[in-house]
Parts: sequence; C-alpha cells; structure tokens
Amino acid sequence: MTCDEAEILLHALLDGELDAGHAREVEEHIAGCPRCAALLSAYRNMSKAMADDELRFKAPLHLRQRIEAALPQTRAPNRRAVLKGFAMGSAVSALAATGLVAIVLRREDEQRILSDVVSAHLRSLQAGHLTDVLSTDQHTVKPWFNGRLDVAPPVVDLTAQGFTLIGGRLDTIDGRAIGAIVYRRRTHVINLFVAQTANAEPRTAKIETMQGFNIRRWSERGLNYWAVSDLGADELADFGSKFESAMRAG
Amino acid sequence: MSGGWNASSRTSAITGKTMPVNAVENDPDKTQRFRDAALPYLDDVYTLARYLLRDATDADDAVQECYLRALRHFDSYRGPAMKPWLFSILRNVCHAEFARRASAPTAAAEDVPDDSSDAAPLWHEAQESPETQLLRRRDATVIRRLIDALAEPFRETIVLREIQNMSYREIAEIVDAPVGTVMSRLARARAMLREAWMAEEEQPK
Repeated sequence: MTCDEAEILLHALLDGELDAGHAREVEEHIAGCPRCAALLSAYRNMSKAMADDELRFKAPLHLRQRIEAALPQTRAPNRRAVLKGFAMGSAVSALAATGLVAIVLRREDEQRILSDVVSAHLRSLQAGHLTDVLSTDQHTVKPWFNGRLDVAPPVVDLTAQGFTLIGGRLDTIDGRAIGAIVYRRRTHVINLFVAQTANAEPRTAKIETMQGFNIRRWSERGLNYWAVSDLGADELADFGSKFESAMRAG
Repeated sequence: MSGGWNASSRTSAITGKTMPVNAVENDPDKTQRFRDAALPYLDDVYTLARYLLRDATDADDAVQECYLRALRHFDSYRGPAMKPWLFSILRNVCHAEFARRASAPTAAAEDVPDDSSDAAPLWHEAQESPETQLLRRRDATVIRRLIDALAEPFRETIVLREIQNMSYREIAEIVDAPVGTVMSRLARARAMLREAWMAEEEQPK
C-alpha cells in the first residue's frame, strides 16, 4: 500500500469503518511508515479532543419553549369521554366497567404525576435553582435532607459509573415536598425524585417519554423513584440500573 | 454573521411563506409521537445548527423551522433513525439560509467551491510541519474557533463525524453525497484542522 492510499484509509481505520482485511493492510503500512503512523496518531488525538462535551451546545430553554409552543397542542386523554363510552356500551357489565375505570383513573393519576415530575425538572433548569445543596459528596448531600423531609432519600455517588453527583434540592410533586438528587452526565442534568409510597411492593423500571424528556420510574423498599432527563432512553436506563445496583451493594 | 435573519425575512427565505402549523396538522396522537421521537435530539440538532450557521440567533430560528418541517413530513418518515433524519432536514433549512446570504452582497466569502472529487490531495501541505510534532491539548473554545474557520462542506463533515458521531453512511445520506466524497471531505477537513491546530501552537495567545 502506498502512502497516498494509506492517508485516505487511515481515516476509515480511525473511524472504525474498515473491514478486517483492509484494516490489516493499513495497519501493516503504518507499522512500517513513521510518517503515516504520526498522522494517524495526530488525527486520533484530534478526534479525542473533539469528543469533548464542551464542544457540544445545549439548546437554550427559550428555544425548547418556542418549539413546544409552535407544535400543535396534544390533547390529554379525556376521562369523561371514556366514561361516556361505558355508559353507551350496554353490553359491558357493571363490574368490568368499574375495574376498567379504576385502571383508567390510576393511569391518569400517574400521567399527572409524570407531568408534575417533568415540570419540576424544567423548573429546576430554568430558574437557576438546580440545587439547594451543592456538593459532589454524598456524605454532605444525604444529611442535608434530614429534618427537611419525612424520609431521607438515598444518595449514592455514581461518579465512577459516569454520572456525577452535583447536589440535592427540595421540590414539590403532586402537592408534596419531595427530595431531588441531581446528577450530571456530560452536559445533561438528571433529576432523581424520590418519594415515600404506601405500597411496599417493588415495581420494575419503566421508561416513559413526556414532552421530549425521558423518565425512568421504579419502586423499591417503599420508595418511588423518577429519574428525568433529556438523556437518551438507553443512557437513562443505564443510570437507573447503576443506581439500583449501587443501592443493593450499599 | 447575525442580524441578517430577522423574523420577517426568515419566513420568506425558508418556507416561502408562513404556514400555520395547525392548518396542516391536527392529529394529537401524531404530534405526541413526533414529540417523543424528535424532541430528545434537540441538543444534537441545535449543536449542528450552531456549527453550520455559526450564530446563536440564526441557529435558534433554523432549529425551530427544522422541527416544524419535520412534523409536517413525519407521515412520510420511515426511518431508519430519527437523528440523521432531523439532521438532513436541518441541513436543508440551513442551505436555504446560505442561499439567502449568498444573494446578499456581503456573503460571497461563505461559499468555497467543493472540489472534493478532485484527486489532488491538498492536505499534503501538512507535511511542511514536522510530523512527529505532538498536538497539544487545546481547550474547547480554541477548537470551536478552528472548526468554525473551516469551509462549509468540511466543517459540516467533521462535525457530523467527530461531534455527532455519525457513520460514513449516515453522513452520506445526510449530505446527499456518495460515501467516497464524504471520506475525501473528512480527510481534507482533518488535514486542514490539524494544520490550523499546529499553527495555533506556534503563536499561542
């Protein structure tokens, strides 16, 4: 292989776009050619430097709001319409109808809480009020909640797993004071809301999407958790499972 | 760079006319599906817009227009992936803006002819610098400035590759060019960037 060929193909090598056969050829050339080897290493360094999150931009909140406002409004599921449906469908037995209504209502309740959670997340980004206690140390954040809430939310440090703890905050969801633990992944903020629940039954994690944010919710040991972020669903799921395994380990 | 794209000229430059979204679009389920699918990529789309247009206000306008257009075409969206699809729409929106700038008397310097099909490897210029020279770490502001200084086809390609992490095939689809062209633009982009990078090191500010 000539240097001219290698100079083009080393980019594909660097980008992982070469099949095994060609990759070997380029590597063989580079092994015997200090000039191409130096180029490859320079490009590799540049590539690493450009992967820096600082090079990415975060869409300003006013833009997000402008787009939200420009998109047509989505209608919330209408409970009355569902009930009317039952009234008209005489074949539906009263018992079954009751059960279904209960499910519909519970779901609507959950939707309302989810939308509360998203609003709280948005507020936290907006008002410059992301954290009440700003610390990357779990032993500072955890005691801060004591006395402020009925239940101290668990605070675990996930820095080693790629999610930096940046602090804690008091927030309100569904009319109740609730703890929010704030993490950062690259430029993305994750708010983890924790609330006590009467239902001690653990619930497995579920990812939902609302207003363009991903929400992972789960329950464990009498606590409900909602992790909200503009992170992709994969990464948020990763966050949740790392949090859960850190909890189990602790 | 800013200021040319005010609200009134924007509507005419990009859409031809103002189109009330509600008149075209009134399916709440579809809108919800669109939000769920497209809004998580807002930061990515915005980042690309900032690099393509190099202006925060223009980027705001272009991203908003991109989302409205994407919603209008959401019916015909068949995949494969949402992110590259949004990127290609954003790119069209930005090109409408380039066309408008080019017709303005001051904007001629923007368009460097893309002679990427030309086999002459211009990046040999980099040989003049000692190849063993290590690239020192540069902070993000400097790197952004160096990227911004690249001509449009190269800037676009390297941003899609390095910052947006798109594959060659995805880039080719977004910019509507063969993979070979993408490879040659990327090679030139990196060569030019490396040169600028080293020049920067010779005269530290």
